Amino acid sequence: MSATGLRDRVADLGDRDVGLVLAVLAVIYVVYVLAGVVFGYSLRGQLNSIANLTFYIGVFGMLALALNLHWGYTGLFNIGVVGFMGIGVYVTSVITKPPVAQGGAAQVGGFGLPLAVGVVGGVLAAALFGLLVALPALRLRADYLAIVTIAFSEIVRFTMMSRTFQTFQVPDTVLGIDLAADTVGLGGGGGLILNYPSPLEALLRTLFLWDPYLGFVGFVESNLIANNPKPVVDGVVYGLVLLLVVGLYYWLLTWTGKSPFGRVLKAIREDEDVANALGKDTNRFKLKSFVLGCALMGLGGILWYAGRGSITPPSFRPNITFFVWIALIIGGAGSNTGSFLGGAVFAALLYEGPRYFKNLVEAALDLGDGPGSFGQAMAAVGSLDPVPFFVYTLNSISQLRLVIMGVVLIWLMHNRPEGMLGHRKETASTIDLSRPDRRDAPEEAAATDGGERP
Amino acid sequence: MSEADESAEDPAIPVEDAAVDRSTPLEVEGLRKTFGGIVAVDDVSFEVEKGTLTGLIGPNGAGKSTTFNLITGMHDPDDGAVRFNGEDITGLAPHEIANRGLARTFQIARELEEMTVLENMMLAPKGQVGESLWRSVTPGLRNDVRSQELDQLERVWEVLDFFEIDHLAEEYAGNLSGGQRKLLEMGRALLTDPDVLLLDEPFAGVNPSLEKRLLAHVHELREQGYTFLIVEHDMDLIMNNCERVIVMHQGRILKDGTPTEVKQSEDVIEAYLGGEV
Repeated sequence: MSATGLRDRVADLGDRDVGLVLAVLAVIYVVYVLAGVVFGYSLRGQLNSIANLTFYIGVFGMLALALNLHWGYTGLFNIGVVGFMGIGVYVTSVITKPPVAQGGAAQVGGFGLPLAVGVVGGVLAAALFGLLVALPALRLRADYLAIVTIAFSEIVRFTMMSRTFQTFQVPDTVLGIDLAADTVGLGGGGGLILNYPSPLEALLRTLFLWDPYLGFVGFVESNLIANNPKPVVDGVVYGLVLLLVVGLYYWLLTWTGKSPFGRVLKAIREDEDVANALGKDTNRFKLKSFVLGCALMGLGGILWYAGRGSITPPSFRPNITFFVWIALIIGGAGSNTGSFLGGAVFAALLYEGPRYFKNLVEAALDLGDGPGSFGQAMAAVGSLDPVPFFVYTLNSISQLRLVIMGVVLIWLMHNRPEGMLGHRKETASTIDLSRPDRRDAPEEAAATDGGERP
Repeated sequence: MSEADESAEDPAIPVEDAAVDRSTPLEVEGLRKTFGGIVAVDDVSFEVEKGTLTGLIGPNGAGKSTTFNLITGMHDPDDGAVRFNGEDITGLAPHEIANRGLARTFQIARELEEMTVLENMMLAPKGQVGESLWRSVTPGLRNDVRSQELDQLERVWEVLDFFEIDHLAEEYAGNLSGGQRKLLEMGRALLTDPDVLLLDEPFAGVNPSLEKRLLAHVHELREQGYTFLIVEHDMDLIMNNCERVIVMHQGRILKDGTPTEVKQSEDVIEAYLGGEV
């Protein structure tokens, strides 16, 4: 095989992946835009819906990629994803919130440092707690790691809610510097109000793009959306930023996977004893993989929640962890491209999709208010009128979402357990492993060469 | 011991090779391991000489595999010592022992199923700079990783050719037949660049023609200077191919000598051969 042939083949593979991702995204967006047309959305409505969709594609893509490092590559059964996300965003908030406590006694202040510092701190904290969990737990077999991680994520949530950590008194001055508000803390069950500039603004100011950005918003206001377009533009631009970060995740994790390091991770997933017998210190590799994944989950949590007005402990229940798992299983554990696609498809179809479907049906058929209870809905079915039952089902779609996810999972387990792109040869190496050119000799010559001590 | 005896028995073993350097890379002294009340290995001592093929035989439950696991660090011995190239390696972790040049294969071939044959092979070499996460993801340093991998790749293909499994290179290891897996495993162990290879039942479940090929590979490698310790059930195979045979029975060493000596030993006949007939 000639060198150019190889290069073409490699390029083909890359192109096919990019093409596949673009095709899937295109289909998703076209469907959403068409749905918007059916709803009779204005431009503002369309952009809002696109921004919302992009946001969830971004966060689920990121988290599925991070989880793929744990499960798809290393075989580490981490079901505490949301715990590391929570640590990330809570630490970021405490570092970034302004020192002056606002909103009465229940509210606590923060250290008032720039958001960039907060993000770095949050990611490091998630990594540090990943290390703490991993040190004892990675010596255990897979299912015990699962128990430890889910317990840890619940401990994190209860810590957020606990009165003990609700507020801390901070000394007024340390070494002559007033570090923080008099009280900082996790805010207990009431959560934290994120009274700092939005992450988008902080990012654009850091890049000196804030004024051009405001100019762009002004342009949109005078030409496209007359009334207060900033939130809409913010949403769309933040979605694009998230997709950019997903790209960085993808690049980082692809390089991690396609390397001797990734090869050892795969070997650990397949059979840790073999990796050990080949001289690999598997505990170190598992630790590194786990900590890196936790840091990425922390960043995912920050990007998901730090732009909101407030954060509360109920946002960090284990269901988020399972959503990320479903995304990974749909996409195919072991494949980075698959992980992102899984995140995108999960976000579009299962997470946001049902709500859209409901709106779509309501826009198409004017059904009016449904029955208030299941009993009323069933009573109508008894008299051969299915409409009230149908409307009742539609109105309960957000609860039914979990049922739909369950059905999809069961179907996948039966019919395509490896997911969309699982079981693919994503060779763990920095190079193409085909026979090197200059050894591309007839069979006999190769056999003679093999006679030398290799 | 007499080389003439052996070569008379099996002309496949060249006399001059057996006579080279008689140093002993692997020494085992007074190894003991109990599992609960069962003494699996009891006071086992032997040496493996450089460039030889040593067979370790014995009935089921004799403690052969446990001895292997004690040597390679999979189990910690209760008592005794393992010395490798003069260094005490007792109780070191498996990866530390492997890195010192003592490679092993497993009784049931343990290939890494969802990795290709090439990935299996590329995994093995020691001292890969790309096993550091930072080097692998830092743009400048990744070039070093690439160039080292390119060097490695040539050796990998040499080994694939040597074991005649080059046509399976792109295949998932899980799709290989039992015998092909044995070849893959031996090739992989060889790529760690070991001084001594411990093969745990390398011929079990292998068809006769492939067994011949495997044996030919082992002899060829031994001539190149590799040292082998082989656990095997098949008495004839060991007797015909090894210079030295260690017989274990109920956790102890029953006899340690040339195939002829072992065959003539009353104890062995009674405990092993006699027991089977």
